[in-house]
Amino acid sequence: MTALLEARNVEFSYSAGSPVIRELSLTVKAGTLCALVGANGCGKSTLIRLFASLLTPAQGEILFGGTRLPAVGRREIARRIAYVPQAAPMVFPFTVLEVVLTGRSPYTPRFHFEDESDRARALEALATVDAAHLAARRVTELSGGERQMVAVARALAQEPQCLLLDEPSSALDLKHRAALVRTLAALRDAQGLTVLMVTQDLALIDPLFDYAFALRAGELAAEGPPAEVLRDPVLTHVYDDPHIRTSRVEGRTLIWSD
Amino acid sequence: MKRPSEIETAPFPSRAREQAVQAPALAGSRFLRTLVILTILLALLILLGLWAGTRTIDFSQLRSDPLARTLFFRLRLPRVVMAALIGASLAMVGAALQALFRNPLADPATLGVSGGGAMGASIAIALGWGERVSGVPLVFVTAFGGAIAAFLLVHRISRAGQMQLPGAILLAGVVVNLIASAAVLTIQYLTDASRALQILRWMIGSLDVVGFDTIWRMLIFLAPCWVILLAFSRDLHLLAMGEDSAATLGVNVKRCEWVIHLVCSLLVGVTVAVGGAIAFVGLIVPHIVRLLFGEDLRIVLAGSLLLGAGFLIAADAVARTALGPLELPVGAVTALLGGPVFLWLLHRRQRYSAL
Repeated sequence: MTALLEARNVEFSYSAGSPVIRELSLTVKAGTLCALVGANGCGKSTLIRLFASLLTPAQGEILFGGTRLPAVGRREIARRIAYVPQAAPMVFPFTVLEVVLTGRSPYTPRFHFEDESDRARALEALATVDAAHLAARRVTELSGGERQMVAVARALAQEPQCLLLDEPSSALDLKHRAALVRTLAALRDAQGLTVLMVTQDLALIDPLFDYAFALRAGELAAEGPPAEVLRDPVLTHVYDDPHIRTSRVEGRTLIWSD
Repeated sequence: MKRPSEIETAPFPSRAREQAVQAPALAGSRFLRTLVILTILLALLILLGLWAGTRTIDFSQLRSDPLARTLFFRLRLPRVVMAALIGASLAMVGAALQALFRNPLADPATLGVSGGGAMGASIAIALGWGERVSGVPLVFVTAFGGAIAAFLLVHRISRAGQMQLPGAILLAGVVVNLIASAAVLTIQYLTDASRALQILRWMIGSLDVVGFDTIWRMLIFLAPCWVILLAFSRDLHLLAMGEDSAATLGVNVKRCEWVIHLVCSLLVGVTVAVGGAIAFVGLIVPHIVRLLFGEDLRIVLAGSLLLGAGFLIAADAVARTALGPLELPVGAVTALLGGPVFLWLLHRRQRYSAL
């Protein structure tokens, strides 16, 4: 399988002298469902934002399909890479449909409004995440979890090749957490969607994900299929926690901290 | 009870698509409807503005009565046009800034831009700078300079690194406005009585105008700015939902911010230089448009252009007639209307999550 997203020797810091990402290289293969894990503040969100081209690396480069990101072009990036932020506070009471429809803007010319087909795609994206019933509601009235589903729907309406999610399941209930990952897996199978998802939900990774990256203090500490990354020695190192235990039961890995 | 096999069939147990049928109409058709309704309203308000005054004008006499004609073409018509230009500009600036800063209370006045412009203009008035630089009145230039300086200052203060602090921008704006009005007061105190009066009249905001010279000169600056704001209305629509999401949807956020800053400063600078600091138009009008026609910024901006024009024409008609022969400055009328609206918005803050 070919590499879709690639970081090469990437360095990044918010303030001089304290790099958040150091000399990091990793490759996300096309059509895979990848998890990005690590302790708080290890640089997961920063890495996702670098891939989303919301941040520019101080050194090194980010490639999409073999091309350096800036060279891909803003609009083209918007059609190919979608990003779901950790929390998306909304100030104005837009309707959910209005929010999801903005996902179509990379495809509509500047002076055009979205048409019926855009609306159909937006409604379909909402239905995919089981949120069609919210279409006419105001985003400001939604719960945190509902708002995250709307953010995912908007990203799906972009019809991207690659979906970057920053802890999308943090406000979701148990049912919707698992359902979200199953939906993403279904989209991977049906459309070849590539997914990189930051998550603290370690129990969901094996066996639903194809691959896992573990960051530690801005460096790649481990990568591989979930069953290889989610092992006691790896996780105790990644999280600096000697109490972490894992156990494989019925083809899935259970993880807890004593 | 569903059997497990039923739940497994789809990633999500699909909750009826039919529930989405009552979703709102597409923005395009709402946009057209908004334009039609507000254009008709604007036409009616223009007629009202032309007719009302201490001396009402009988339109049928315009052909026969030379005095009525002079009154109409030299005073009444220019004044209505001026009100329209200034009202449209301020309302659009308000709508654009609310989206850019994701703050429903943003307005040229609450962000200190009007104050900065007023300070720039009063410096020019106090120093008697009546001249023009290549056709542009110097007071336009100083007002624009003051507006953009205030803008940059407020923007700078309210940002910590990459983060926009939501509450800070209004606090900074209000304080910059206070500083600017203190400076205007000082200038007023130090300058001679006639110029001080000139500054005072104009600080409250009024629309005294004779003939069309000033109007043409304003229009050269204002019209391109309106066009630019309308051209950026989709970017603003995306920005109103968040900076990150706008950026990942292809908006050049930095460039958009700069353009909006410049254009808004120019609009506020020119309107303040001519009409004074007419308060709250930028706050009231976009919110009326939102309440009537929805939140889509493309609709709100275009709607604010039309309703802003109509609103200030109406406010000026009230200012000219409310106290009989005594004419109120229009800025007093808008401030008397706008203050309560501001409080009402604060009271309704559950509608907006970031107040």
